Amino acid sequence: MTTTALDREAEADLQFAPQLRMTQTHADVTRDVISTLGTPSRGYYMLLFGAVGLFLVGLVTFAILLKDGLGHAGYTPPILWSVFITTFVFWVGIGHAGTLISAILFLFRSPWRTAVYRATEAMTVFAVMTAGLFPIIHIGRQWIFYWLLPYPNQRYLWPNFKSPLIWDVFAISTYLTVSTLFLIFGLIPDVAAVRDKVSGWRRFIYGQLSLGWQGTDTQWRHYSRAYLYMAALATPLVLSVHSVVSWDFASSIIPGWHGTIFAPYFVAGAIYSGIGMVLTLLIPLRKALHLEHMITDYHFDNLSKLTLLTGSILFYAYAMEYFVAWYSGNTFEQVTFFRRAFGPMWWAGWTMIICNAFVSQLLWFRRIRVNLTALFVISIFINIGMWFERYVIIVSSLANDYVPWAWDGMNPTWADWGILAGSFGWFGMYFLLFARTFPIVAIQEIKEMIPMPRRRAGGGHH
Amino acid sequence: MALPFPKRKSVPGVLASFEHIDSATDAIRGLRAKGHRDLTVYTSHPNHEVEAAVGHTNSPVRLFTLIGGLTGCTAGFAMTIWMSRDWPLLVGGKGIAAIPPYVVIAFELTILLGAFFTLGSVGLLSLLKAGRRIAYDPRFSDDRIGVFVAARGSDVATVEQMLRDAGAVEVSHAS
Repeated sequence: MTTTALDREAEADLQFAPQLRMTQTHADVTRDVISTLGTPSRGYYMLLFGAVGLFLVGLVTFAILLKDGLGHAGYTPPILWSVFITTFVFWVGIGHAGTLISAILFLFRSPWRTAVYRATEAMTVFAVMTAGLFPIIHIGRQWIFYWLLPYPNQRYLWPNFKSPLIWDVFAISTYLTVSTLFLIFGLIPDVAAVRDKVSGWRRFIYGQLSLGWQGTDTQWRHYSRAYLYMAALATPLVLSVHSVVSWDFASSIIPGWHGTIFAPYFVAGAIYSGIGMVLTLLIPLRKALHLEHMITDYHFDNLSKLTLLTGSILFYAYAMEYFVAWYSGNTFEQVTFFRRAFGPMWWAGWTMIICNAFVSQLLWFRRIRVNLTALFVISIFINIGMWFERYVIIVSSLANDYVPWAWDGMNPTWADWGILAGSFGWFGMYFLLFARTFPIVAIQEIKEMIPMPRRRAGGGHH
Repeated sequence: MALPFPKRKSVPGVLASFEHIDSATDAIRGLRAKGHRDLTVYTSHPNHEVEAAVGHTNSPVRLFTLIGGLTGCTAGFAMTIWMSRDWPLLVGGKGIAAIPPYVVIAFELTILLGAFFTLGSVGLLSLLKAGRRIAYDPRFSDDRIGVFVAARGSDVATVEQMLRDAGAVEVSHAS
């Protein structure tokens, strides 16, 4: 029996991480994952109603903003980017962990991604779907948002491609499209596996969604290659998207925004916040869907290490921002950073530093990395900290620009909070619906980790 | 459940189901050695041993990815440069058609069209055989390995025997 280079690599993966060696058979995996699609519990419906309720709060708030205009929100000159843009950057950031785990770790052949990547990828798609709404809410005249797109029009005008805001339109819409396609593409074989196990109208629907997938050698031949290239395309994309978002700020001259460190700083922050949200979702989900034997301590340990790495990069970036402000000799830059820590918004500044830079350092300890209660609490801190990071960067920088008499604070209003709450409802609603409709663990990739049964002992590897 | 293609012709042949990967690859190699080239192997996940036994070459998907990426990159630069020159406005002291900021747009379109072409090519390449209806068993997406051999007439009995000898747990005749 000849073994190919890929076989040897797959075997090396398992030697590197023996924790991944599964005791289940292929049939066990299909059964266990498909059992998560059974009749939902009461707790699930309560969460779903909660999410829909929050979404309705957002919807009503949006309707009022649509009718009366943005005056209800807390915009106070010179702070004309505030909670909506903060929340936009927050959700785009959340949307980075999924593609990191599904594409970058795929290329790096990190086998622990297998059990968790579907959930994080779904989270990514829904987070970017949420994020995309915010610039549209923020522009005020939502009905002409399509002016951002290049299309032939009677005004003979084209978008200004030199503006980072137009780059952002392209980056976010490309990211949403590619990550959605990547998610759907990965789902096709799994949907086919569900189709072959269920009956009645479910079989019909999953059958249509499986696009005729049968798992033939020809199908796998093209599929595996295409998956590899999709991962290779998504890898630079995920790193570019938050870089482009950071240039929305960095290419202006506002003190506190005008920094060359912004792109890597934002990408690290995005991955950090994304994994924070992954932990928040995965810890309860694993328990609710009884996936303890597939998503193990080993996975949480690895996710925590990734959190620690990106959290430490953030720590460095925060320190570097203060250093650069001091070293620049620019008074406005210095004042902005002084007021971040000791000005009227000191509480937001310290929330960001404590939740991100310091709390992440707890993950140096293995006992914390595998303690799911501690991890869940830390993940909540990360979510809060990362929302405040964007709030601090956006609002406190605008609050202290080059005209000191205009310096002002701002207070978010009910409209800001209503839209923010709505975004969590909108995101939660999609995630909950997805978790009960599609396999939340990638059946086909888990099966790849399990050696196929052999009639003869030995002789070749998986 | 398959896509509703109109005239899908059933291919007559033999469908075997295996529990063991080495039995399945033995059967595939044996059949290929006897000149049976019209084989379809079903697995629940991509398997390198099956791939090696069937003797596939590299998938042409990569060519489509390359074409898509290059198309996107060209389209990105062409669109931004042409639109800037169509209505020349000086912005930020840059040239009318400034290359560095347009790299971002060209990059995003490279990725976007690269992804479209990659997935489109999978669809297209899968359509090539979509006109044939080949026997299938729902257990192939679970834990069985399926081997379908197109055969008719006197071949059927020989093929059936070969599959059984290799260790097939079930063999059925599909017409």
